[in-house]
Amino acid sequence: MSEELTQKVLAVIASTQRIPVERVTIESTFEELGIDSMDGVNILFALENEFNINIPDEEAKSIRTVRQMVEGIGKLVAGGENTPAVAS
Amino acid sequence: MAARRVVITGLGVISSLGRNVSEFRDSLRSGCCGIRPIETVDCSALRFKNGAQVWGYDPAAYFDPKASALLDRFAQFAVVAAREAVAGAGIEWTPQLRSTAAVIVGSSTGGQTTEDTAFWDVYRLGKPRISPFTIPLIMNNAGASAISIEWGLMGPAYTVSTACSSANHAIGQAFWMIRGGITDLALTGGSEAPFSFGCLKAWEALRVVSKETCRPFSSDRQGMVLGEGGAILVLESLESARARGAAILGEIVGFGMSSDASHLTQPSAEGEAAAIRAALHDAGLKPGLVGYINAHGTATEANDVTETAAIRSVFGSHTDRLAVSSTKSMHGHALGAAGALEAIATVLALREGVLPPTVNFTTPDPRCDLDVVPNQARAADVEFALSNSFAFGGLNAVLAFRRPE
Repeated sequence: MSEELTQKVLAVIASTQRIPVERVTIESTFEELGIDSMDGVNILFALENEFNINIPDEEAKSIRTVRQMVEGIGKLVAGGENTPAVAS
Repeated sequence: MAARRVVITGLGVISSLGRNVSEFRDSLRSGCCGIRPIETVDCSALRFKNGAQVWGYDPAAYFDPKASALLDRFAQFAVVAAREAVAGAGIEWTPQLRSTAAVIVGSSTGGQTTEDTAFWDVYRLGKPRISPFTIPLIMNNAGASAISIEWGLMGPAYTVSTACSSANHAIGQAFWMIRGGITDLALTGGSEAPFSFGCLKAWEALRVVSKETCRPFSSDRQGMVLGEGGAILVLESLESARARGAAILGEIVGFGMSSDASHLTQPSAEGEAAAIRAALHDAGLKPGLVGYINAHGTATEANDVTETAAIRSVFGSHTDRLAVSSTKSMHGHALGAAGALEAIATVLALREGVLPPTVNFTTPDPRCDLDVVPNQARAADVEFALSNSFAFGGLNAVLAFRRPE
């Protein structure tokens, strides 16, 4: 995953959580950042808009750390998954 | 003065499981699932396609064109259910009864389909004007008003809107008003019609709606499935019901409320347990006497685990002797009507001695270790039952029922 993508994800998390971007690192857990289930959904929403991707519910469910989130986004961006979300 | 007893003398329902009580009961007994592809909204740009709609609903079967034009789908459901309940109760509307009867009904999303259409017209189509009926059709109290107007009922009338607890809060209020001597008769319950594209899109964003079906308490559950419909109960004081020789279908014996006061969407087992305890206390009921709980049971990850913990904390070892089913697995989550549909399911269960199942159940979840009456209705002789409703916003409402003597 590129450093640029990582920084973008960290910035989205920070702005959505209303916390300083310095607090968010690739090693942060959601728990450390005070991200609860509703915050998590809100961050996914912001990331979908930022990267113009659709993050499926199933993949979103297991994400608990910033690293998992960055890796997941990296895969979706690389896969060019930017068609409208349609239930399969 | 001893508190007055409050009995149920009429039931009415319209839902994905049938358009009257008889069809609804047969569906519950046979474990029929009312969840299918949504018909009234184009779901091609949604992550889910299934819902529990009132299949084949035709307003013309219930209302003349002028009347139905003045009622959003959700208010029509309120009137349709109330008509069945009133007819079944055999009420003769005297001037005295008309002047005192209460109408207290729940709705969460109000005239959603009217609102969506009107806003589409102004925002998307740029229309310069929309129908002057838009506001009176959208308002959440349109169902309560329509029921009042239907029979000229001039007593206390209002709508309770507490998301998924709306109907339980409404029924609880009606129960307390009769018990407290404020009125002798109330029409109470809830109605909802949340199937507009905007509303479905908003639910999609929460990531709590299942792409397939609703599997409460099952380890492979994927979330809730939205439903719609209306359900109305006729409540009366026992004296009033006896005086007119009405058939008594059941009794409400307790109502408890609480607020989690913690989080907008994450439920709290302590808050839910507090509402269950409050209902038991209000009923003067020992936990060990309860034999059945109609669960909130939405099939979301958070609800089912939290509700199980709440039930275990209140009932302790008696939990293992309790049957707990979620009829949302069949009629979907009808939001502000949910508690009313489930109240009717609970009254029927006690009266007929048949507990409705939790359908679509495949695999036990160790974190939801309850007897969920999986997949098949069960004969059981139960005297007391609870019905749980736990809303977003952390507002909890629990009703306690007793079977008729």
